[in-house]
Amino acid sequence: MRGMEWFGALASAALVAVLYVALLVAPEAVGEGAVQRILYIHAPSAFAAYGCIFVAAGASAVYLWKRSPAADRLAASAAEVGVLMCTFVLVTGSIWGRARWNAWWTPDPRLTLMLILWAIYVSYVLLRAFGGDDEEIAPYAAVVAIAGVLAIPAIRVSSRLMRGIHPSVIAPRDGGTGLADPYMRLALWGGAVAMLLVAAWLVTVRTRLERVEREVRAVRRAADAAEGVV
Amino acid sequence: MRAVLAIVRKDLLIEWRTRETVVTTAVLGILLVTVLAVAHDPTPAAAPALVAPVVWAAVVFTGLLGVERGFLLEREQDCLGGLRGAPIDPTALYVAKLLVNVLLLSVTQAVVVPLTGLFLRVDLWHAVPSLVVVLFLGTVGFAAVATLFAFVTVRLRTRQVMLPLLVLPLLMPLLIAAVKATEAVLGPGLGTARDAVGVLVSFDVIFVTAGLLLFPAIIRD
Amino acid sequence: MSHLGYMFAGYTVVIIGLLLYVRRMVSRLREVDEELHELRRRLGEAGPHR
Repeated sequence: MRGMEWFGALASAALVAVLYVALLVAPEAVGEGAVQRILYIHAPSAFAAYGCIFVAAGASAVYLWKRSPAADRLAASAAEVGVLMCTFVLVTGSIWGRARWNAWWTPDPRLTLMLILWAIYVSYVLLRAFGGDDEEIAPYAAVVAIAGVLAIPAIRVSSRLMRGIHPSVIAPRDGGTGLADPYMRLALWGGAVAMLLVAAWLVTVRTRLERVEREVRAVRRAADAAEGVV
Repeated sequence: MRAVLAIVRKDLLIEWRTRETVVTTAVLGILLVTVLAVAHDPTPAAAPALVAPVVWAAVVFTGLLGVERGFLLEREQDCLGGLRGAPIDPTALYVAKLLVNVLLLSVTQAVVVPLTGLFLRVDLWHAVPSLVVVLFLGTVGFAAVATLFAFVTVRLRTRQVMLPLLVLPLLMPLLIAAVKATEAVLGPGLGTARDAVGVLVSFDVIFVTAGLLLFPAIIRD
Repeated sequence: MSHLGYMFAGYTVVIIGLLLYVRRMVSRLREVDEELHELRRRLGEAGPHR
């Protein structure tokens, strides 16, 4: 477990460092107020979310191909952490919208994409939770994860079809016009790295947990059988 | 591909004899349209804007119910085991179920769509050819996803809830594009809906292909 | 709420969310450990009787 603890410490340190830069070092964006700094946790969470989603889909594909239980465990964990990250994106995006334009939801295509992806991977998590036996439901869950990624291009294009996007509503993500100050860029990209590290660590721990839990479930079944039907 | 035709024939024959799916889903569709039209009670000016969303809400609602039955049939008396044992390519099973679903859904739509026009007092006749195209494209995409996930959920006790839960988020882009395309068809014309139709076509291609590739992977067990 | 307030709210949500998730994983690890011990005990008892 030592390696995992170091990994966790590293990820946390990176996050703290980025928070320092984001909150204290980076200059305030002109005309937007302090709340603009939410970008430095909003966009990085989105990076991490996509990372998790692609890992989940990739692992699912490997599982369907090789039927490797390790791939399945990775997929399940990545999807769960991905949902967590998506939630962060949606909540911070909502707070930002409320602060800036007095609207808890903005028809931004990127936010819509994130919302739909959140729904897709929540359904993945629910399927795993209520779909019965792990090994049985695994291929079906894998299909969900892969379909989610396949839907991304369609979601992106169709989100832009909605409601003729009013330019001023689109919140600058990686700074549409480019973040001027180098410290701002540091906060953003450093934040992306930090959140990816955090997500990677969470997925690693969650995958280990999944392996142990499944093994214990198997042992429990064996124990029940050994004692006779109790 | 003879297998595909055989399965399609079998399913359609069952449907023809019992008429259970088409009748129940068509009636449900009518009820839904009635409720939506009556509840909203739009002014004559506002009514045309309602046609597209009402039609597609009805398509989704009835579609989810109708598609369930496709694999439910197979579970009875373990027909699925029989199908797996037979030297049939699993993709044939998927294609067959897909075709049957598209057909049955189209039949339901043939009833529900004119009725929507009736209730909302909107003239749909001038747009029929384009409307048929849009409905077809949307239905194929819907069926591609729904058929795949109907197989996934048919084994679950919670299937009635899990199917919409899994399918609706994935269908969002299709629905957005379908509604936009339908609105364009009823208004300025299909030409203005190029982007929306593009989304429909690419969605169809992506997800029919996905279904063809993924279905064999999950039927193996 | 001032702009600053909203900003802090946003960061707080994320940090608390992360901490809660980690906490849940730690407690699940602990539970699974306990279950493992209990199972070993059960299998130990079942052994001699066979």
